[in-house]
Amino acid sequence: MSSFIAILSRDLNLAYRQGMDSVMVVMFFVIAVVLFPFGVGPEANILARIAAGVIWVAALLASMLSLERLFDADYEDGSLEILILQPITLEIAVAAKVTAHWLTTGLPLIIAAPVLAILLNLPADGFAVLISALALGTPSLSLIGAIGAALILGARRGGVLLSLLVLPLYIPVLIFGVSAVDAGLGGFPFKSHLLALGGLLLATLALCPWVSASALKQALRS
Amino acid sequence: MIHRFANPTRFVRLADVIQPWAAGMTFLFFVTGLYFGLFASPADYQQGETVRIMYIHVPAAWMALFCYTAMAAACGTALIWKHPLADLAARATAPIGACFTLLALVTGSLWGQPMWGTWWVWDARLTSVLILFFLYLGYMALNNAFDDAERGFKASAILALVGFVNVPIIKFSVDWWNTLHQPASVLKAGGPAIHASMLTPLILMALAFKAYYLWVLLIRMRGEINAMKVRALRMRQVQQADMADKVAAGKVG
Repeated sequence: MSSFIAILSRDLNLAYRQGMDSVMVVMFFVIAVVLFPFGVGPEANILARIAAGVIWVAALLASMLSLERLFDADYEDGSLEILILQPITLEIAVAAKVTAHWLTTGLPLIIAAPVLAILLNLPADGFAVLISALALGTPSLSLIGAIGAALILGARRGGVLLSLLVLPLYIPVLIFGVSAVDAGLGGFPFKSHLLALGGLLLATLALCPWVSASALKQALRS
Repeated sequence: MIHRFANPTRFVRLADVIQPWAAGMTFLFFVTGLYFGLFASPADYQQGETVRIMYIHVPAAWMALFCYTAMAAACGTALIWKHPLADLAARATAPIGACFTLLALVTGSLWGQPMWGTWWVWDARLTSVLILFFLYLGYMALNNAFDDAERGFKASAILALVGFVNVPIIKFSVDWWNTLHQPASVLKAGGPAIHASMLTPLILMALAFKAYYLWVLLIRMRGEINAMKVRALRMRQVQQADMADKVAAGKVG
């Protein structure tokens, strides 16, 4: 547990001192969402209809953009090898790094989402569902993304490759995230969608650190 | 048993025996299957002549799932037992599986236009098969993304195993969700729900696709083995040339 906190605070410190990285992610998120009213036209009812989907897709892309740096910097400067040599399980280290990734990208996205929802004219009864769906969904995105980030270490054109690997695996989160908001807006019970998102979170929490740790070991072995 | 065929030479010898048989079976089943499918089977009372698209579509979709399962099994074997040919089998299966998936998607869409009145719907079955196609593409891209071939094998093997969660989702998508795509009618409890006259061409075509897969798999695996040999020979040549240069320059020996 202490090693978890040590790695977490190290990563948070690094993110805080480099500063711009998580601000950039939020800026990308905002700009990507703001493009849509120009693309589909500023009619309020159309925007309200697509708001949930647009916010979710933009959040997904924004969270993906920052994944490349998750293990890459540590891989290049050798701290990943030090991390593997430590007497802690690598899965714990991965979980700590993923938590740091979520705190620096997922959480800012959740905070920015209501502002964008207002811009897109999302009806007021969708807000609570949108926030809770994002809160349950974005950790899964970071966890799934960690697998992709570990697999592409040392690859040519890693960034483009990452999107090809990770986006198909993101689709279940997107489906349940958007359908929760749509159900909430339509006055239907949305609890089952949120439960499905929670189930996805638990499954990814159990499997992803394990898979990305074995991918990291493969990356360092060769 | 599993290590007996880890020797590429022994594998190639076995492949030499199987390959002509696989080719012959492919030819035989394709000819009889197409004859039954196109001429000797009745048109459906609802679907009309378009039912004949199903004799391609259904086996292709089966093969799409079968190839992914085979690929994931090969990847697991490669990761657990470090079986040298399993990597090659997985790598050789991926493009074949991707082609079957694309074939299933395209024929399904050609059938959907007259039957459902649309080329494409975003229901659970179609979407999950599309994701399967992307997983194949991601596997192939990751496999070729590294300068070190071994690293590509291992990384993409992990990806293939992660992507395997999609296979049961595809299989049961028609039961779990209310889809436009009809539920299973051949492999289900209580026996197949289609008449023998239509089941015959379906089974024949499925056998033809399976034999075709085996045939092409063997060809591709031999190609991979040969490519590995060529690479090893080239490396040796470069090393020898390097050595000769050094000897000529008086640095060694």
